[in-house]
Amino acid sequence: MRQDHLITATQLSRPDIEAVLDRAREIDESREAFEQRYSGSVLALCFFEPSTRTKMSFETAAKRLGAETIDMGSVESSSVKKGESLADTVRVIEGYADALVLRHPSEGSAKMASEFVDVPVINAGDGAGQHPSQTLLDLHTIRERHGLDDLTIGIMGDLKYGRTVHSLASALTNFDANQHFISPESLQLPRSVRFDLHEAGAQVREHTEIETILPELDVLYVTRIQRERFPDENEYHEIAGEYRIDADTLSAAREDLTVMHPLPRVDEIAADVDETDHARYFEQAHNGVPVRMALLDMLLGGGSE
Amino acid sequence: MSPDRELRVSKIRNGTVIDHITGGQSLNVLAILGIDGSEEFSVSIGMNVPSDRLGHKDILKVEGRELSQSEVDVLSLIAPEATINIVRDYEVVEKNRVERPTEVVGVLSCPNRNCISNDDEPVETRFAVMADGVRCDYCSEILRDRLAEHIDV
Ligand SMILES: [Zn+2]
Repeated sequence: MRQDHLITATQLSRPDIEAVLDRAREIDESREAFEQRYSGSVLALCFFEPSTRTKMSFETAAKRLGAETIDMGSVESSSVKKGESLADTVRVIEGYADALVLRHPSEGSAKMASEFVDVPVINAGDGAGQHPSQTLLDLHTIRERHGLDDLTIGIMGDLKYGRTVHSLASALTNFDANQHFISPESLQLPRSVRFDLHEAGAQVREHTEIETILPELDVLYVTRIQRERFPDENEYHEIAGEYRIDADTLSAAREDLTVMHPLPRVDEIAADVDETDHARYFEQAHNGVPVRMALLDMLLGGGSE
Repeated sequence: MSPDRELRVSKIRNGTVIDHITGGQSLNVLAILGIDGSEEFSVSIGMNVPSDRLGHKDILKVEGRELSQSEVDVLSLIAPEATINIVRDYEVVEKNRVERPTEVVGVLSCPNRNCISNDDEPVETRFAVMADGVRCDYCSEILRDRLAEHIDV
């Protein structure tokens, strides 16, 4: 990659994405070749909000490359609680590590952090902003099944606050993809993401229900609608119920439809979907390790070879 | 000559005349310039004066004060049609249209309350200037209208 940091998916070009995914495929095929490549390197996992999966995924990726990981412990017990700024925290940790993975509740936090340190910063989720490493593993999953061109993808759920959605939608503009966004009106894409899609000339349509578009889709990417977005519990249940799929719903879908989800899910995908051939969300989660190994390889290795 | 007419045409000796300000924005322009009336120099304000070009415009005359480039940059965001006349010894010696900068730093606050630039961090706000608004460099939030409400001076 041309960049030292991975902050947003908008910075990723098609060659960037393909380079990471090709490397991930290579790693999948010959894991041993990468095993001790980064022994002696240290990756700092700076998680200012809890995320067991993303953190463990990066941790596993680092360890498979032979690198050590350090972290801050729980946010409650760290200096963050004592009021230290993020800028200070990352400048201190920079001294310990060869790269930083940052998860933080404020939008733009990874961008800011990258301005204070010289080691690579990977954004592992900044508030409702972006989550580009998730996008790379999402794209890997899609590519292995369908390829990334001539693709019709539906993205459903909380599109407003869903950082995985924002990154995925941006990244897909590099490919020949028709994007369909399915959400309640109150949770439609934010203005900044729409702007980027429009600027990129993306083919985008919005829907309030899944039924009309489902038969056309190659991929259905489902995200969770969060209860705390609704002041009224009843309103939440009413809306969430409409953006829930089960095996029955999918009877109208194409046979080779791939259903994805960044996980954790609550009840937006019924358990009976797990048994179908559509379900790819666990495979998607597993892809986090080789894709993050590829990413770390390229950032720690100082660019593509 | 009515007092109103006199205000509009009265000349200043040395200073700046900012003309063709978007109607109603002159108080915001003063805020950008950090002028609140406590200064030594005299300030004349014409609000919603009829204008051929803009319909209504505001006009500001500031005695004894010239504008810095960063002031002009921000001015351009809320008064893109403004002209800046530098006056020395009652004569207009320079007449400039404002130009939109490519970015504004440390002037606007981000409307996204969850943006890192609104946390207690040692950074200045930074916005890229787009054709019809500005965009936060940190969180990508786009701000199109009511820029003046977000001026952080
Ligand atoms: Zn912002």
